[in-house]
Amino acid sequence: MAEYKRSSLIASAPSGYCPGCLHSLATRLISDVLDELGQAQNSLNVISVGCSALNIKYWGGDFLSVAHGRAPAAATGIKRVNPERLVFAYQGDGDLAAIGLAEIMSAANRGENFTVIFANNQTYGMTGGQMAPTTLEGQVTTTTVNGRDPSTTGYPLKMCELISTLKAPAYVARFALNSPKGINQARAGIKKAFQLQMQGKGFTFVELLTNCPTNWHLSPLKTLEYMDTNTIPYFTPGIYKDCEVDAE
Amino acid sequence: MGDKKFMKGNNAIAEAAVRAGCRFFAGYPITPQNEIPEYLSWRLPEVGGAFVQGESEVASINMVYGAAAMGTRALTSSSGPGISLKAEGISYLAAAALPAVIVNISRGGPGLGSIQPAQSDYLQATKALGHGGFHAMVFAPNSAQEAVDLVYNAWDYAERDRNPVFILMDGCLGNIMEEVDLPPMKELNDEDIPGWALTRRNDPERDWQLSLTPIYTEEMLEGLNAMAGEMYKSWETEDVKYEEFMLDDAEYVVVAYGIASRVSKEAILKLREQGYKVGLIRPITLFPFPKKVIHDLDYSKVKGIIDVEMTLPAQMHDDIALQVLERCPIYEYGRSGGCLLDDDGVYEALLDIVSGGENNG
Ligand SMILES: Cc1ncc(C[n+]2csc(CCOP(=O)(O)OP(=O)(O)O)c2C)c(N)n1
Repeated sequence: MAEYKRSSLIASAPSGYCPGCLHSLATRLISDVLDELGQAQNSLNVISVGCSALNIKYWGGDFLSVAHGRAPAAATGIKRVNPERLVFAYQGDGDLAAIGLAEIMSAANRGENFTVIFANNQTYGMTGGQMAPTTLEGQVTTTTVNGRDPSTTGYPLKMCELISTLKAPAYVARFALNSPKGINQARAGIKKAFQLQMQGKGFTFVELLTNCPTNWHLSPLKTLEYMDTNTIPYFTPGIYKDCEVDAE
Repeated sequence: MGDKKFMKGNNAIAEAAVRAGCRFFAGYPITPQNEIPEYLSWRLPEVGGAFVQGESEVASINMVYGAAAMGTRALTSSSGPGISLKAEGISYLAAAALPAVIVNISRGGPGLGSIQPAQSDYLQATKALGHGGFHAMVFAPNSAQEAVDLVYNAWDYAERDRNPVFILMDGCLGNIMEEVDLPPMKELNDEDIPGWALTRRNDPERDWQLSLTPIYTEEMLEGLNAMAGEMYKSWETEDVKYEEFMLDDAEYVVVAYGIASRVSKEAILKLREQGYKVGLIRPITLFPFPKKVIHDLDYSKVKGIIDVEMTLPAQMHDDIALQVLERCPIYEYGRSGGCLLDDDGVYEALLDIVSGGENNG
């Protein structure tokens, strides 16, 4: 535990992420868990469109980069013809909860045996900070300059809550990456999801609450505080579904 | 040899796909191609393949993208509105250099159109199957047997070029029952999985990275586009397929593909009986288009080209005109919107043209 080393799946290229962006921490956690499970070589990362697409530069493991929102569809094709690979998709909130809503809900409902890691930063980071389906009420973005107004834009979508209404998914959980405790829980959650996939239990979903210092116009440190006061109260962390517990 | 069956066109191509080694299909219901997913839903599991009824055509083509990336021979099929939705994924297949086969059993358009057969998707198929300026080979069979043969070989082209292959048929061909001679099952093994595929079936210990992406630097993208341009040119010299019918002495040359070519042949035979010298060029590959045979006609003899298509206005016209170069008139005859070409209609229209309008009685 004391040893600090580069994860085997992070290539030695400079990170493309903005300083303080939690996408890089999330990526690191995934890589660490795959190392720990001895699955680094067997894993296949389905890289979506958004800031996560920067991963094509420095994800050192196997990957397939796919169209905006379609990662769960592509992962379905992959896993159906190559069930022995550990397959996961890494998607942002615009990618997963707007343009890809049909794909994520349908893959979850079919109980596809792969894992989706969902990085929820409440904005469209890559395109410059527009409103995402997860943008908080009143949150200022480049397309909600007076703050998100639910009367015309609806309310932030809670994906864990939605997906956990489905029967098929094996594991659905949300963690916040703004504290050491949250980070450790997230690591355990990702591990659990991958283990369930390896046991063939079906669809696993891990939502990670992340930040966007650049488009939130806050310093990295301030984004962590903002998450405590704004994000976490709305997007409640926790385990929403666990087939092992539910079966008891 | 010889596995003769009496089959519907749609079922025949589904079986041909299986025998070609296709082991993944994803699709969404739409008439008039439903027999393809219905057949494959039970047939693929029989041979260890996978069938997924996707939540949409967008999802289905992206499932195909995923399966194709693993080196699996993958197929999707649809019709008009669904093909529009597949445009995204087809473009991504071309970008990531992935082979796959897409079948369009086309129907009347535009928009939702009608569920009746039409040939309204020629321009979409040959000019822009999606954004970004790529092409796929487009095969247009005119019988169930030819569809079987073309589908059977489609992945060989797709894998050779690492590019999607498109089969353009219409609701008539998809739904007619004809005798087909089915080819033998291709037995593909692990060694047949292309080296670029993201599968580690052969070598779980391999420690180098496997990756496929449609994202490139500007310079790489330009290089890939230039290479694709060279590939399209090579198709023109290597892969053009067409049929000539009674062409040698023809004074009027019908150009028609798919179902329109069959109806045209009937009319031509009737006109020949009356002494009219009419022939036919039938493009089998729509892209690459059979340019040379049209360009090299003896225009001192040929008095007119007649473009017969089951769509209005004719969509092949410009491709023909670029070869005719105003050396003779180009006439058009067609039906559209799901109204079918029929023997009498085509015969009357051709007669009117070849008789110089003298046969109005
Ligand atoms: C079909 C399509 N529409 C729009 C885009 C432009 N686009 C690229 S990234 C992105 C937003 C991604 O936001 P999100 O999924 O929240 O990820 P983030 O960048 O915030 O990590 C959009 C809209 C695209 N690439 N493709």
